[in-house]
Amino acid sequence: MKKLVLFIPLVLFLGMGIFLYQGLFLNPQKLESALEGKPVPAFKLEKLENASEFITNEDLKGQVSVLNVWATWCPACKYEHPFLMMLARQNIMPIYGINYRDERGAAIRELRREGDPYEKNIFDVDGRLGLDLGVYGAPETFIVDHNGIIRFRYAGPIDQNIWSETLYPMVKQLQAEAKKEGVS
Amino acid sequence: MRAFAIIVSLCLTLFVATQVAATPVDTYEFKSDNNQKRALSLAHSLRCPQCQNQNLIDSNSPVAQDLRLEVYKMVDEGKSDDEIVNFMTTRYGDFVLYKPKLDSKTYILWGGPFVLLAIGLFVALVFVRKQRKAVEIDQGLSEEDQKQLDELLNRNKDS
Repeated sequence: MKKLVLFIPLVLFLGMGIFLYQGLFLNPQKLESALEGKPVPAFKLEKLENASEFITNEDLKGQVSVLNVWATWCPACKYEHPFLMMLARQNIMPIYGINYRDERGAAIRELRREGDPYEKNIFDVDGRLGLDLGVYGAPETFIVDHNGIIRFRYAGPIDQNIWSETLYPMVKQLQAEAKKEGVS
Repeated sequence: MRAFAIIVSLCLTLFVATQVAATPVDTYEFKSDNNQKRALSLAHSLRCPQCQNQNLIDSNSPVAQDLRLEVYKMVDEGKSDDEIVNFMTTRYGDFVLYKPKLDSKTYILWGGPFVLLAIGLFVALVFVRKQRKAVEIDQGLSEEDQKQLDELLNRNKDS
């Protein structure tokens, strides 16, 4: 019995070692999103291409959609753009753009030059919607279900890997859910 | 003594350095000095979500700038600390708090040091008790034994 007691420090050490070792493989950049499971924050913002037309959070309801935060000043967004173009051509779900802290002219020019994968573009010039969405850098991508609830958030450029492994299965599942509820 | 003086002066320097670093770059005008004090200390306790090793004041990233301005404004609007912290955590998660909340996920974090301290004290106590017992045994030489011991020692001296 006494000898067993002597092993307690070793056990504690091993336990702590395993705990800390696991920490080595966590990605410190990946923050858990506080917004998953919550509705898209209420907003009413101008359309990028047309200042007299407004888009609100209500417009996102009714079908599963993807929200993509982008800007012309963001190099990773440029890297992501060709993939978004390909995605848009597949017509799986609408992709809404949130043009984040950008200049209207520059953003429109960029879309004209590189192609426009977005169903509609929300012009978030002062970053207020971004702030409410907990955006800490562009690009970020949100999957929103047909009730306007944020179901998943991905920070960083999306590519074929993350799309086919995580995002697409989720979109398919949410679309099935929507169908079950008889929405689309 | 000298080492102690060096350590004390080092600590003081570090303390002053952290206080000086608190000057923000923004030119935000607070409604009152009191508001400014409260807003700055709040912004100090919140982590920048972009550059994760800095608080909202130390960081120059656009997100941190926005957020600290938001904090300043909310303080001036008369919002309570809890409301402001809540505003931040609903958007960025508990991650932004330098001082984590007390809930089931953080019990180990908050209680761990005290548990370790208790274990340490317990081990120390057991150790000290054992030593004391050992000393008592040493002193427990009976008169007869002592006499015998003296005799032996004396005999050794004679020869």
